[in-house]
Amino acid sequence: MPGPLPVTIVGGYLGAGKTTLVNHLLRHADGRRLAVLVNDFGELPIDVDLIEHRGAGVIGIAGGCVCCTYGSDLMAALDALLAMTPRPDHVLIETSGVALPGAVAAGMQLLSSFRLDAVIVLADAETARAHAADRYMGDTITRQFAAADLVALNKADLVDDALLADTAAWVAATAAPGTAIVPCRHAALPVDVVLGPPSGARLVLAPTGRHDLAAWDRWQAELPCPVDADRLAAALADAGLGLVRAKGIVDDRSGGRCLIQVVGRRWSVTPLPSEDGPATGGPARLVAITAGRPVPREGMRRAIAAAGG
Amino acid sequence: MFTIYEARKILTMNPSRPLATHVAVRDGRILGAGTAEELSGWGASTLDRRFADKVLMPGLVEGHSHVSEGAFWKATYCGFFDRMDPDGRVWTGLPTVDAVVARLAEAEARLDDPAQALTGWSLDPIYFGDRRIGRAELDRVSTTRPIGVMHASGHILSVNTRALELAGLLRAGVNHPGVPLGDDGLPTGELKGPEAMMPAGRHVGFDREKQAGDEHGLRQFARICVRRGVTTATDLAGLLPDAAIDMMLRVTGEAGFPARIVPFRRNYGLTIAELVARAVELKALSSDRLRLGGVKLFADGSIQGFSARLKWPGYYRGQPNGLWYITPEQLTEAFERALAAGILVHTHTNGDEATELALDCLEQALGPQPARDHRFTLQHCQLGDPAQFRRMKALGMCVNLFPNHHFYWGDQHYESTLGPERATRMNACASALAAGVPMAIHSDAPVTPLGPLFTAWAAVNRRTASGRILGPAERIGVADALHAITTGAAYTLKLDGEIGMIACGRRADFAVLEDDPTEVPPEALKDVGVWGTVQGGRVFCAADI
Repeated sequence: MPGPLPVTIVGGYLGAGKTTLVNHLLRHADGRRLAVLVNDFGELPIDVDLIEHRGAGVIGIAGGCVCCTYGSDLMAALDALLAMTPRPDHVLIETSGVALPGAVAAGMQLLSSFRLDAVIVLADAETARAHAADRYMGDTITRQFAAADLVALNKADLVDDALLADTAAWVAATAAPGTAIVPCRHAALPVDVVLGPPSGARLVLAPTGRHDLAAWDRWQAELPCPVDADRLAAALADAGLGLVRAKGIVDDRSGGRCLIQVVGRRWSVTPLPSEDGPATGGPARLVAITAGRPVPREGMRRAIAAAGG
Repeated sequence: MFTIYEARKILTMNPSRPLATHVAVRDGRILGAGTAEELSGWGASTLDRRFADKVLMPGLVEGHSHVSEGAFWKATYCGFFDRMDPDGRVWTGLPTVDAVVARLAEAEARLDDPAQALTGWSLDPIYFGDRRIGRAELDRVSTTRPIGVMHASGHILSVNTRALELAGLLRAGVNHPGVPLGDDGLPTGELKGPEAMMPAGRHVGFDREKQAGDEHGLRQFARICVRRGVTTATDLAGLLPDAAIDMMLRVTGEAGFPARIVPFRRNYGLTIAELVARAVELKALSSDRLRLGGVKLFADGSIQGFSARLKWPGYYRGQPNGLWYITPEQLTEAFERALAAGILVHTHTNGDEATELALDCLEQALGPQPARDHRFTLQHCQLGDPAQFRRMKALGMCVNLFPNHHFYWGDQHYESTLGPERATRMNACASALAAGVPMAIHSDAPVTPLGPLFTAWAAVNRRTASGRILGPAERIGVADALHAITTGAAYTLKLDGEIGMIACGRRADFAVLEDDPTEVPPEALKDVGVWGTVQGGRVFCAADI
């Protein structure tokens, strides 16, 4: 019985770079089978060179990935993914420019076969503030940010450093405390940051592309003692640590092995099957990633110690 | 050879000749209306006296309905108000939870397949006091078969335990604002809002797209039209794939099909450019009884679902503002492209902020593309205010207001969603007419029952379900209301040159009435009996349809 299928919601206003991010992830999926759900095939959501075949409501994509429309029934589209063989590894839901990703995220709580991994909202560094001041769309855009676990401040190369810092501070004030804010261009976020580092021994950050603007830092450690997994995960999502992404395979005090996933302020703990595979076996371990500042080593140690590790 | 129909009275709605006793029909069109003597000059004719004790009006025009009204009747009617089905049977309204359970149990007993879902619709528990209807109540009908009952508002679905199980929702720890939990920590069976409804909806027989493409539903819808005196009705709006178009052309083209259907293509699945191109393509496929080529856009959601976009100060109890379904960029582009291609656009706006956006976008689109007589129409536009109506007039727009909503939900808007003042100005027909905006009024069937005479009654009386006269200053006269359900609606469809009055050259489309709507007391307008219709010169008796 496979565990719940992770879901990442990709939101943001028209032109912020949602489709660019999705295509970037497809290009760098690195063996992951991604299933992309889009509201509408109105605008072709997938770069033409990635498309292997097209059917009614379905686009087959290189590398075993797929893109489907969901229209008025997201649940039916998600159900169809569960029935696919092989099952996708990760689902990306690209919402429309005026949708509230928080509502889609709340809907995920109704589905026990899925685990909401993260709400990623893109912002156009040049226009986000102007859009947020729009008399009609302003509150929709700020509500999008408020629902984000990670805001990708896209097209950061098109503004000067002072304006970028200013906009990042404004997004931080608009979004919930603990939301990760990462500048990028061409929506080129590292795949491991968006989708989580792959399981297995290789808890490393994939090489970043030439478009990557953020100075990434990565820290990892083994956890020889069992921990309170919920408490640790919550601590890792605390705004004070400033982590963009963390992932842990830990031994919970209750006896089972768990997967901890953290994106910005969102955390989840999922029990892992007991068999000792390469993905989940081996020593208990934790990796943390930050953007634009180092991972606070001391803070990490304190969080682990407070959780009993 | 042609036919002259004699009637007790003919309300021609022709300003030059408002009343007549006879109407001459040849080849499905009107030769003229007047006295027998005036019509005798056209040559040899047959006098048909079957309407000698009836009152004829132009065939009624429903400017905002959905053909899915026909398909809904496959499900069990659970509404609080009496409602007539396509067979003419009046299903009595259900005043208590027990009555709802009893009717569902009767329907359940008729199902052979034990796995088949039982589907109900039009539930309105607000009239049952504080009683909710959830799985405890529906489990009295069945615990083994999934049951789902859609509420009249369309925003809540009540389901039984089996349906929750199938949806994977019968578990502790569900954390969603649209899923209330009982004392046992499990969902109560009320699912509120589209996200919460979705996991269960398809297990209990709700699939909107299937309903829209349903041939049987289209035939049933047309039978309801005959019973309501309607000869032209919109289907606002479907996806209109080729298969649906082929079906609709075939069915509406049958010699006995009694109504003219005007489908609009919904904005979904195509780029704006493709949408307009598709509308141009569809327009060329039109037949007399299937008028294609319109486009329907959605700007916001609904007021009772708190998804309409309101201007300051927003919802009465402080709920967050509603949802946009389109960006200003897309709306402006759609208007620009449609204006350039000569395509008619109707736009759903409920809240006043959505109306304001549509006005701004059209104003912008008309800048580079000034267009005479585009007749772009705002649909519902329930919170339109006088300034907005004046802008609509200035921009060449029409409005199609929703007085039926006022009857069914006016009390809730008064008490909880908008508060007294704004509830009073909802569906402000008198203000729209005062501003000179071409106006229609509608039912949005199946949201409320199809029936333009009821809709006219609602606009004339502004009575709510509780008996409150909500906004007496916005009441309109019977003559204006009858205009709105004939020429008024036809104008928004650019069909007023063909239908909407009984005059030489128009289509021979009549509503055949038992009484004269201009002579009954205004409070009785909804009770005027409908004998049937004449559509394109073909006579359809409601009792035989």
